[in-house]
Parts: sequence; structure tokens; C-alpha cells
Amino acid sequence: MAADTPPTVTAKDFKTDQQVKWCPGCGDHSVLVQLQKVLAANGVDKDNTVFVSGIGCSSRFPYYMDTYGIHGIHGRAPAVATGVKCANPDLDVWVVTGDGDALSIGGNHFLHAVRRNVGLKIVLFNNRIYGLTKGQYSPTSDFGMRTKSSPQGSIDHPMHPISVAIGAEITFVARAVDTDVKHLQYVLDRAAKHEGTAFVEVYQNCAVYNDGAYKYATDRATKDDHIVYLEHGKPLIFGKNRDKGIRLEGELLEVVDLGRVSQDDLIIHDEKATDAAMAYRLARMHYPEYPVPLGVFLAIEKPAYDELMMDQIAAAREQSGPGDLQKLLNAGDTWQVE
Amino acid sequence: MGTATTEQTDSQGHSTAKVEERNRAAVRLAGDSGDGMQLAGTQFTATSAVVGNDIATFPDYPAEIRAPMGTLAGVSGFQINFSSHEIHTPGDRVDCLVAMNPAALKANIGDLNDGGVLVVNTDEFTEANLNRAQYESNPLDGNDLDRFQLYKVPITQQTLEAVKETGLGQRDAGRCKNFYALGILFWLFERPLDTTLRWINNKFGRVPAVATANTLALHAGHNFGETAEMFTTRYRIKPAKLRPGTYRNVTGNQATALGLITAARLANKPLFYGSYPITPASEILHELTLHKAHDVRVFQAEDEIAAMCSVVGAAYAGNLSTTGTSGPGMALKQEAVGLAVMTELPCVIVNVQRGGPSTGLPTKTEQSDLWQVILGRNGECPLPVLAAQSPADCFWSAIEAARIAVKYMTPVILQTDGYLGNGSEPWRVPEPDELAPIPVTHPKDPETYQAYERDDFGARPWAIPGTPGLAHRIGGLEKADVTGNVCYTPGNHQRMVELRAEKVAGVIRDVPDQEIFGDESGELLVVSWGGTFGAVRTAIEDARDDGKPVSHIHIRWLHPMPANLGDILKRFKTVLVCELNLGQLQMLLRANYLVDAIGLNKVQGQPFRVFEIIEKIDEVLGGKN
Repeated sequence: MAADTPPTVTAKDFKTDQQVKWCPGCGDHSVLVQLQKVLAANGVDKDNTVFVSGIGCSSRFPYYMDTYGIHGIHGRAPAVATGVKCANPDLDVWVVTGDGDALSIGGNHFLHAVRRNVGLKIVLFNNRIYGLTKGQYSPTSDFGMRTKSSPQGSIDHPMHPISVAIGAEITFVARAVDTDVKHLQYVLDRAAKHEGTAFVEVYQNCAVYNDGAYKYATDRATKDDHIVYLEHGKPLIFGKNRDKGIRLEGELLEVVDLGRVSQDDLIIHDEKATDAAMAYRLARMHYPEYPVPLGVFLAIEKPAYDELMMDQIAAAREQSGPGDLQKLLNAGDTWQVE
Repeated sequence: MGTATTEQTDSQGHSTAKVEERNRAAVRLAGDSGDGMQLAGTQFTATSAVVGNDIATFPDYPAEIRAPMGTLAGVSGFQINFSSHEIHTPGDRVDCLVAMNPAALKANIGDLNDGGVLVVNTDEFTEANLNRAQYESNPLDGNDLDRFQLYKVPITQQTLEAVKETGLGQRDAGRCKNFYALGILFWLFERPLDTTLRWINNKFGRVPAVATANTLALHAGHNFGETAEMFTTRYRIKPAKLRPGTYRNVTGNQATALGLITAARLANKPLFYGSYPITPASEILHELTLHKAHDVRVFQAEDEIAAMCSVVGAAYAGNLSTTGTSGPGMALKQEAVGLAVMTELPCVIVNVQRGGPSTGLPTKTEQSDLWQVILGRNGECPLPVLAAQSPADCFWSAIEAARIAVKYMTPVILQTDGYLGNGSEPWRVPEPDELAPIPVTHPKDPETYQAYERDDFGARPWAIPGTPGLAHRIGGLEKADVTGNVCYTPGNHQRMVELRAEKVAGVIRDVPDQEIFGDESGELLVVSWGGTFGAVRTAIEDARDDGKPVSHIHIRWLHPMPANLGDILKRFKTVLVCELNLGQLQMLLRANYLVDAIGLNKVQGQPFRVFEIIEKIDEVLGGKN
């Protein structure tokens, strides 16, 4: 190997010697593999990468990534990761979380990491159930869902992660499904390349406690009628025969038949829109009323928090020179005692 | 105590007041929370420090930003004790009181010594204000105040008159009355105006009318003292004989911030401070934001939990990682502190204690978080705890906390309190050679690296992200000894729990032996910790001057405690623990050393007064002296 070419990294380099302990059939396996592939493809330096997680099935993720990592406490991964990123903005910092971890116990930290636009990549494994505690409803579980803690049906209304992220001023937000590996890789790759907070919701199947929650979006026979891929600059067209589209009718989105409505009337996806209103409308498209959008909802540029923090330090140094400790300690009104 | 009196006439022949020399004087400025008493007090302090007095201050203010005007609840006070010899407390009682309204008079008059100077702002003694202060008649009219030197000054009117030329509106003009009152005090105690004039210029330079108005008010107050022929006596307090060096006045919170920055510099690390605003710790946050040129990374988190979690993250990534909080915030931080204990990452948590439980008394002092910081986490979760003893000592304590944190790879809690945090005293600025480097090593060799291998001090290696070949994962799950992999086996857990406990117990190697003030053994040993040092030491000094058989130890390291402590406790017939709680250190001493310690316990949101301790000593000794 020539001295000036970096060593080639493969997905295998990101595997640890720890046995992966997720259940067979769990969607987490796929995210792990796709992310390892994406990092390898990008030639990421694993010694310069930190995975931070909270608590839950998905939060075991760092143990399976041969990078630096912290398996933190429940819900607090964005806060731990913010500390890592501010301490060393040169690091690539990923947060792996779940629906309970990010949106229930950690809701506050999620919101604030997003609005600050800290340079973190947050991947939320949304299986709409508490898995590790063995099957209670989560903040994304459907209303009426019967679980161990809601035998008569949940009376909680679900929260929609992408709506929440847009409400909190996210600069990059995307959705993928665990079984659509190519698209998942694409979305993770886009997230990896984003400068501020990148948020990816992964529809992830829990084979034990909520199996088939996303069958509509994964079943080969029917999925094309239930999902719509968001592609920048392209009209929203979907369906097995690509014969349906989405248009804006007044203030509302409407599913239309392309046999009767011109393609020109459809929404052209603009992930760089400075007004997040359309992205928010798309985030409100839920199955079965609408096909569920997959892909990048928003990708806008805004300075990252950690970058601004370092800019202020640089500006202070420019103004007063690198801090002189004796000057600092002797500042203000001083007097001498002989 | 008057030591000398001279007639004095200045060059212009204005004043005929005599000058009385005193060793010390305590002054309290009291007014409505909007009257600027804290500011005036701070300025009086700065000047007294600069003229070389030893000083101790006690700001006492309500939790509400603006409690209803003129009420007792809204009274804000600032007390300063300044002296020509070394002092440890702001004083039990005061020699001079400035009362800006009836409520301030009512709330504070009980603390003014007989014969003391009482300056009142007569303009505020209106029917409405007297009612708000629950006075049935105007106290200025009766003879209740005859035992004081009462000076009735229409401060509001005089201030408005003095600043007229600036064209400020009545409201803004009236806000200068604190500087007028300060001017009177500067005259009464022979203080120069220049430190405050400079401050006014720096602070209000951009708003010339306000700068001019405050300057005029200050001069007017000073001139009033000079020319009104009202005051019969001025007081002179000579400079104190302190250890030679450069001095400045610092509050405890300021000193803590400077200590954290210094520690980071000594460790050659960026300083990370992740914090959520909370009274009375926020000033540390404010101070640190001013010093970003020292690579200070201040993160105002969304809550206390996030603040502590960010500290864990920043410590992992290799900064000197710190946070500050107060009681309720400390409670919220505890789970994440446990994560720092489990991941064995170095960090410093400053807990500026206040009255509890719950929201309690946000602006008042207390020492009731000792159990919380030593015992208050889930699992067996030990960490080193030390407490600062004075505002200036917060500087040294912060450095010490950081030194222990990185040496032993552990979170360290530094206990201060509202009294220390807001109080101030002269601080001798250390010379560069007094500041020893804080050695930090990071492993580099992938061949030998094991995440949970321990050095001679039980510390694991601090491998930071970005180091080639040392990628590793840590977390809150139990760790396997040496490798740091997740491990649930029974024997390993027992071993790891014990290793963590031994490591923290081993900090005793860096805890100096306990020093005793007074006799090495005997009748009575008084024990204190933290911010009560000044009051307790003063009481013991006084008691020993009176020949009472009493000694004092002030414990700096609360966990682990000094190696010789148990031995000392056993050498005294009675052990009296003085603390601002219901006996938290007392219980720890009883539990750790099987000593039948008794307590003097005060939980009023106020510091000890010296006489309270002396009374207790007398009660315990039962006349033996």
C-alpha cells in the first residue's frame, strides 16, 4: 500500500468481538449492518467516531460498533453526546436511541439537541413498543394498542418523531425502513454527511412484542401503495404502477390518480425549503389515510452549535489574546500588602 | 471599640466631626429589593478591600426579583464587616445601619448595636410604606430609636435634586439613591470614591446620563456628610496586616470559577462547564462565560440532568469537565453522577448549597446536602467530597477537586453554600509558583491498553476518542474487571463494587491530617465543616481568650475523612458538631467513629452567629473555665 493512500476500511472493521444479543428477526440487526457499511464506504476513521446511546434494546448498539462509545443512561444520550461534541468538535458523534428513550424519558434532551443544531447524527429506532422492559406501550404506540401495561387499549395518543423534530427546528430529517437496506444506507449516508443535527427515524420491527407493526410498508405485495419516496426536485409519485401522486389541495394534501390529474399538479419535493411547512405536512402523512413518506424530508444548512461555540472562543482569543492566567487572576481592583 | 479620637477640620473648614479610630466596623445597607442595596454593598466592599481592610460580607436578599414594594418580604440587605485585623465573619451585629424604607428598618433594627449609627431615608416613611411594614406609628417620631445615633436624611429628595441637571426622568433619577447613601457611608468611614467612580464609568459609560447621575449622587451623598453638620463622628479603620502579596476582593462563586479555569490550565486541558441556571450557583456560569479566551466551553444545558450528562460526555472526550448547581439540581444530577462513577471519568461537581428540601429557600444558605452528596445515589456509589471554608478558599478547593478527579479518575463533589458563594473577602492572588501543574496522562499504546486496568491509585486509564487504536466502549452496565466489557457475574460485581470503594477510600493518601486549633485533647472539641468556618473559629478564639477549655477542628475532606480524625475525636470528653442542618455530619461521625457526638444545629437559612456558638459552648461546659 502506498504511504499516501489511507488504509481501506471495510464494514468488518466496525464489528466488535462482542456477541450481538438482539432477538432473531429484530430490525436492529439491519441498521447495525447498514451503518457499518456506510461508515466503511465513507472511509470513516473509527478512532475518530463516537457512538452514544441511552437505554433500551437499540441502545446496546455501541457495544457492537468498534468505535469509541458510551452506553449512557435512559433518555440522556443527546446530552452526553453534546458534551462529547463540544469537548472535541472534530469527532463524528452518533446517537442511537429508541422511541421510549428519545421521546418519553429523553424528550427534553432530544428537543434541545435538535434546536441547538449540535453536530450529532441521531438515529431513532422506532418500533412503537418498549422491548427491553418486555412489552409496554411507548410514546409512538397507536391509540388503543393492547399491551402489557394497556390491556384495555392504550389511551395515550402517539407522538410522531419527524413532526416533533421539525417543530424543534431540525436541519436534517429523514425516514427509512429497516428492511429496505439500500434506501436505509442512502439515508444514513446523507445523515453522515450533514453538518448540524441529522435525525433519522427508522421504522424498525420488534419481532417479539410488536411484530408486523410496519407490515404495510415492508410487505412486498402491497408496500408500493403504502409508501412514497421523497426525492429532491421530483414529484411525489407512488404506487405499484406509479399511477398515484400527492398534491396540495388548499391547505391539505390529497392523494390523486395520475389518470385524472396531471403530473404537473403534484408536489415537487424540496428538501432545501427554508419554510418547513411542507415538510411538516409530509410528516403528517400517516398510514392508512396516506402513503407514508420515506427519504429526506429536510436538509438545510445552518451553523452547528459546536462550531459556533468554537467560533466564540476563537473570537475571544482574537480580541484578548490566548488567555494569560496571571492576568486573569490579577484582574479587577487589586491592592498590595507589603 | 474606639481607640483614639481627634477633632478634625478639613482644609476648607467644612467638617467639625471628630474622627474615631476603630479596629473594625460592621455596616448593613438595607432597602427594598429594587433599591440597589446589593450593588451599593458590593461597591462599599470593593473600596474597603482596596484600602486594605480585611473584609467579610453577607448579602441577604429575597428569592423574588421584586417582592411587593415596601413590604418586609421585599427587604434586601448587604452586610460588610471590615477590619484592621484578620476577621472570619461578617459580624453578628452591626455598628451602622442604612434603612432605605420602614420595612428595612423594621427587619434590621434588632441587629444594630446600641449607640450605633442609623441612617434612614425619611422620604420613604410615608403612611403607605409604614402600613406595608406593619408599623402602627412612625418609629421616627417616638423615642424607640433614642439609643442609636439617628440621622434622618431625605435621601430620595436629595438625590433627585443632585441629578436634576442630567435631565433624567423621576424614575431613573430616583434609582441613583443607593449611590447617594453610599456617598454618605464613604464619608462616614473615610473611604475614597475613586474605585466606585471608576466602576460607574466602566458600567454606564455607554449611557452618559446615567453615569453622570450616579456620579453626582455619590458626590452629593459624600458632600452631605461633609457639610450638613449633622454627623458628629467619622470612623477610621486602618488597613489590616495581611500576608504580603497582591489582593483582590472575590465572592465564593467568582473564586470557584477562577479555580476551575486555573485547574484546567494547570492540567493543560480545555475547561468544559455544563450547567443549568440555579440560585445561588448561577454566578459561576456567568463568570466562566467571560473567560472564553482560556478555552472555556460553557454549555447552558436544557436542564440539570442534561448538564451532568454533558459533563460525562466532555470528560470522556478529554476536557476538564465541570458543572455547578444547588440542592434541587444536585438531586436531579445524581443518576448521571452515578454514570460518572461507573464509567470512572474525572469531573468536578460544585454544589452551592441552599435551604431545602424541595425548592426550599433558594437565596438562603444551609448545609443540608451533606447526606445527599455522600450517600444520595443508587447502588454502592462512593465519590470524594470536599467543602470550601471561605469565599477565597473556593478557589483552592476547586483546584484540589480537579486534581483529585483526574488523579483517581472519579467525579468529585465540591460543597460550597449560598453564604460562601455570595459572600466575599480579600483573596491573595497566588504567585505562579504556588500553582503546581496537574499531571494528566492519556494512554497511547494499543498493545497494552485495557479500559479498566488500574494504576497504583486504583485509577483506570483515561483514553480519549481520537487516539488511534484505543477505541473502546464504556457505560452504565457493570464492567468486567480489567477489560471493561459488560459483565454480570456475581463475583465480578462484588469485586468491582469493592474496587470502586477502595479507590475512593484511597483518596485519603491525598487528604492532609486533620489539624487541631487549640489543645490536642481535653474537655470539648467543636467540629465544623464548610461555610461555617468563620463563625465557629471566631467563637473558639473568643472562648479560648476567655480561658475556656475548647478546641476546634474544621473538616475539609468529608469523604474520605482525614486518617487521624477518629483518634482526635476520642481524645475529647465532649464532641460538639456545629452545622446548618439537623445533624448530618454528626451522624456520619457517630457512624464512622462510634463517638457520642452532640450537635448545635441551625436551619433558619442564616449563617451561625458567633454568640450562638459561644452560648452552646458555655452550656456544654456548664461553667467549667
